[in-house]
Amino acid sequence: MGKLRLISASGILLVFGAWAIVTYSGLVDALFLPTPTQVLLEAKKQLDDGTLFLDIEMSFYRILMGFLLSTIFALPIGVLMGTSKYWNAFWEPLVGFIRYMPAVAFIPLSILWFGTSDLQKFFIIFLGVFFQAVIMIADNCKTVKKSVVEVGLTLGLNKFEIIKDIIFRAALPSIWDTLRTIWGWAWTYLVVAELVAASSGLGFRIMQAQRYLSTETIILGILVIGILGLVTDLLFSYLAKIMFPWREREKISN
Amino acid sequence: MAVNELVAQSVVKEFSHKKKSFLALDHINLNIGEHEFVSLLGPSGCGKSTLLRLVAGLDKVSEGQILLRDQEISKPGRDRGVVFQQYSLLPWLHAWENVAFALKKDKTKSKQEKKELAFHFLELVGLKGFEDAYPSQMSGGMQQRVAIARALVYKPNLLLMDEPFGALDAQTRKEMQDLVLKVFTEARSSVLFVTHDVDEAIYLSDRVYVMSAKPGRIAKEIKIDLPKPRDWNVQLSEEFLKYKREILVELQSQKK
Ligand SMILES: Nc1ncnc2c1ncn2[C@@H]1O[C@H](COP(=O)(O)OP(=O)(O)OP(=O)(O)O)[C@@H](O)[C@H]1O
Ligand SMILES: [Mg+2]
Repeated sequence: MGKLRLISASGILLVFGAWAIVTYSGLVDALFLPTPTQVLLEAKKQLDDGTLFLDIEMSFYRILMGFLLSTIFALPIGVLMGTSKYWNAFWEPLVGFIRYMPAVAFIPLSILWFGTSDLQKFFIIFLGVFFQAVIMIADNCKTVKKSVVEVGLTLGLNKFEIIKDIIFRAALPSIWDTLRTIWGWAWTYLVVAELVAASSGLGFRIMQAQRYLSTETIILGILVIGILGLVTDLLFSYLAKIMFPWREREKISN
Repeated sequence: MAVNELVAQSVVKEFSHKKKSFLALDHINLNIGEHEFVSLLGPSGCGKSTLLRLVAGLDKVSEGQILLRDQEISKPGRDRGVVFQQYSLLPWLHAWENVAFALKKDKTKSKQEKKELAFHFLELVGLKGFEDAYPSQMSGGMQQRVAIARALVYKPNLLLMDEPFGALDAQTRKEMQDLVLKVFTEARSSVLFVTHDVDEAIYLSDRVYVMSAKPGRIAKEIKIDLPKPRDWNVQLSEEFLKYKREILVELQSQKK
């Protein structure tokens, strides 16, 4: 375990080390890539005047809402699609078609419909992840082993109970993994939406910085997004360990 | 005339795959009386599991019919309990919850009663102290015993067991055989028991159907007239060996 941590840390250190070397040595112009010190100073400035936390708060709120909205609808529809051939027949072509329409291309339309409000961000995130989530959750349910379903059948459970107590429960760990993936995508769509039309948030800050060529603000924004992504990702896997203790040993022995 | 729990009449089961069809069961006739313990014995691939799945209501017959108390079987139900050939526990439930899960539909018992029953049956199959283990933490044999406890706990009229002791060592296997004998004499359920162990079939059964493969047929029906209750001593008796010889001769003749 300790060894693995060391290896993980060394990967990150390598990248940061390379960054430090090329910038401090003057190999790369500070206009294109700032030094770590410049970025840290920028971070201190933004922490002091509060913009950093305000941006994080704003972006986090939007992404959370967009994610929850998508999940609330994707979960029942995906589970139904994965368990009923009728639902599947209805949704699959529809969802399969829409999910290939690039959500980003809807940004102009979305601004027309919702202005630059938070609603517009929710909409873009929803458009970007909902259809993917539905398909993936349906797949999570479809891959539940037939044998556990048959246990439920022989114990006299009805269709609803089979879905709720067997298929959903069995698929839950992989559904959780799906949500984790979806959460990552939601970040991308949020930043894209904020880049184009917003007056606050991490994406907006990056966009604004571009106008003044303040690359340290851009790098800071990117780093903060990366760190937030990493933290939430760790949170997802930590919660998975708590929620699915029965899965641990299987994983080790496999 | 004794009451029949189960009657299978000219049951045919065909599997088709891309226009090719495979005859798994060819006109099977069998019956199981009330409180009777009947074994299906036969070589691997002769269709034992297939037949059991039809009785369980998990698959449909291609021809013929299967009657459970004069009612044609159309779907699975709580009147039949199944112990599957492969492990079939719900991995997210503790051992005792897996057993109690079978009582989910039982509205007459409180949560506490269900838990006590689950603990009791786990003790019966020799798993006292493992109530809180997850299936992934148990050996194959232990998981199979939990599955047996789950099938016993709700007392179905007809119990279907598909090579339930296949994964157990000889000693545990003997213990489980005696347990099954004891529990079934008490619960007075009927049993359809699949095995390919000749001794096990004779020891446990009132009647044995010997099957042959390709296509799956009933080759022989043998009534086991050994006194009950039985204990392991009976396996050394003349009659026991006579039955064993009869079955082995039949199985041997199939090899030609
Ligand atoms: N779903 C299926 N589709 C196609 N063929 C099947 C299917 N299920 C079983 N078979 C075939 O039917 C035959 C009987 O299979 P079955 O599992 O009933 O054998 P068995 O007697 O239980 O064998 P074993 O003792 O090895 O468990 C086999 O040849 C098998 O390949
Ligand atoms: Mg079998």
